[in-house]
This record gives sequence, C-alpha cells and structure tokens, in this order.
Amino acid sequence: MSGNQRENAFPTRQVLQIYKKKAKGAQKGYDLLKKKSDALTVRFRALLKQIYSTKSSMGDEMKEASFSLAEAVWAADSKFKYKLIDKPMDARIRVRVQNDNVAGVRLPVFEKMTDQSAAAAEAYGLARGGKEIEKCTKKWTTLFENLIQLASLQTSFLALDEAIKVTNRRVNALDNVVIPRTKNTIKYIESELDELEREDIFRIKKVLEVKRVKEAVERSEFMAFQDDAAASSAADQANMMNAYDTKDEDVIF
Amino acid sequence: MAEVPKLLAVMGDEDTVTGFLLAGAGHRDARSANYLIVDGKTKTSAIVDKFKELTSRDDVGILLINQNVAEEIREVLNLYDQMYPTILEIPSKDHPYSAEKDYIMKRVMHMLGK
Repeated sequence: MSGNQRENAFPTRQVLQIYKKKAKGAQKGYDLLKKKSDALTVRFRALLKQIYSTKSSMGDEMKEASFSLAEAVWAADSKFKYKLIDKPMDARIRVRVQNDNVAGVRLPVFEKMTDQSAAAAEAYGLARGGKEIEKCTKKWTTLFENLIQLASLQTSFLALDEAIKVTNRRVNALDNVVIPRTKNTIKYIESELDELEREDIFRIKKVLEVKRVKEAVERSEFMAFQDDAAASSAADQANMMNAYDTKDEDVIF
Repeated sequence: MAEVPKLLAVMGDEDTVTGFLLAGAGHRDARSANYLIVDGKTKTSAIVDKFKELTSRDDVGILLINQNVAEEIREVLNLYDQMYPTILEIPSKDHPYSAEKDYIMKRVMHMLGK
C-alpha cells in the first residue's frame, strides 16, 4: 500500500543524517509501544477470567440475598418495605474511586466506604422479625461488596480495552507507515548522493584532461618560442658586429 | 479523581431496591433519589429519563440495574460509552442471571473464545 512512498527531502549529507536519526527513533518507539501493548494485553486476559468467574457466581449470591429478603418480609411486617422507603435517607454505603496504574494506563478501582456517622442499626419500628432483618441486611451488605468489586473489574476492562486499541493503532502506524517511509527516504537520498558523486568524479576527470591538453600545447609553444629567440638573438649579435665593422672612417682598426 | 465518595444507584424491582435501601445505600435529598423502583406499570420513557438523569450526575459511581429493566432500555445502554458511572447488570428475583443478555459478559465470553 505505502511500500514505495517517501518524503520529499533535499538530498544532502546533513539531511541524510537527520533521516537516519528519525529512523532510529521510530524503531525505538515501535519497540517500546509493542512492549506496552503486550503488558496491557496480559493484564487484560487475566481481567477477563476474573470478570467471567465473578459474574457467574454473582447470580447465585443474588438469589440467596433475595431469598433472605423474602424471609425477612415473611417474618416481620410486610409493610416494612414501605417504611424503609419513606424515611429520609443519607447513603451510608458509598464508593471511592482510586486509580490503579498498569503500564502507564490509569485504571479506576472502586473501594467501598461506609459512612459511620449516619445511624447504623435502626429499629424500623417493628415488633418482630428483627433477627431476620438483621440477617438480610448482612447478606445484602456482603452482596454489595462483591458488586462493587465487580464494578471495578468492569471499568478496568473497558479502560484497558480502549487503551489497547489506541496503542495497537500506534504500533501499526509506526510499523506500516512511518518506518518504511523513512527507510525509503534514506535510500533515495543515498542514491542521489552517489549519483552526484559519480557526476562530480566524471566532471573532475574531464576538467583535468582539458587542463592537461592545454598545458601540453602551451609548453610546446613555449619551447618553439625559446628556440626562435635563441636563434634570432645569435643572428642579431652577428648583425650588430657587422654593422660595427664597416664604413666608419674614424675607426682606425 | 473526586475526593468525595460517590453514591451507588439502583434501578430495579421492588425487592432489589428494598435490599439496596436495607444495606444503607439509599440516598434521597432535595434534588432526587438515587433509586428507581420499576414495576409492570412503569413506562419505558420514565426508565430512560431516570437513567439519563443518574448517568449525568457526577456523584454517582455505580449504577445497578436489573437485567429485565436493562432489556427494556437496551438501545440506550448500547450507546452508553461513559466511564462513570459503571453500569452493572444484576439479576432479579424473577429473572435469573443470563450471561447472553449482559453486554459486558458477551464481550468477555467472546474474547475468551467461549
């Protein structure tokens, strides 16, 4: 798909260095991200197993809790449900969100928090069935602890799923797009530089040749000139002598 | 994250909500309550409205919902993609837990290859 694409780079040695560094960086980034993805996936698999087993057993717990509620209703006043709802209420059980960190991904974890300040054991104004109600309350409270844990697992599951998707996208992008492009760019620059070098060598050779030829010509011309000069200077001397010798009566010799 | 502990919320049948209140997770103040009792007469639109209200509050951490109620608003649930609050599907007295219907369980089982 993008096998032969490269970036538009001006082919110089400096640019080559820059791209070589980029390739190294991309490779390192790829290795790191792959490690992160693997770590996340391992945690994810473990999480899956936990969720599966917890949710499956939760079904049974729920049944038990409902049963004990039915018991309480039967033992006590069936209207206590409504009494419960009528009261003004402040939640005694709450959850606090804490952050767990796995390979750089923040996973939310729920922690049960019981607000002790609110009134704990209330009578609900009932004559009988207090013990059943207490048992029921206990059952439901335990159920809640498990439900809260299950909720933590679920949120972690969703968060991890998202994180793994994002990381894998980046890994694939590096592997299939960035690294091949950079490598192709490097190849291109290197081949261009080679070509330029070859042209250079050729040009230099040609220039040297021309120079040599020129030099040879100059030298031969110079030699010829020298010969001529030597010959003509000898002739000149002779002429000068001759001119000196004749036709002057004043010269006695 | 938030320093103030978050509430739990529940949308389900009478028994589920009673157990919820009995355990002490019920909360009602001037604004509204963190629970909704759903019975045969409750309209789907009311369920959807309460669901939207509870999920837009940022002081609700977990939303428990009976599976049969979840089925009624399945389309809305499928579009839900917030981190908070977490939606937990729980069985009710009359409707035992069915893993196939639970959105999260379906994905878990699929990934485990079951």
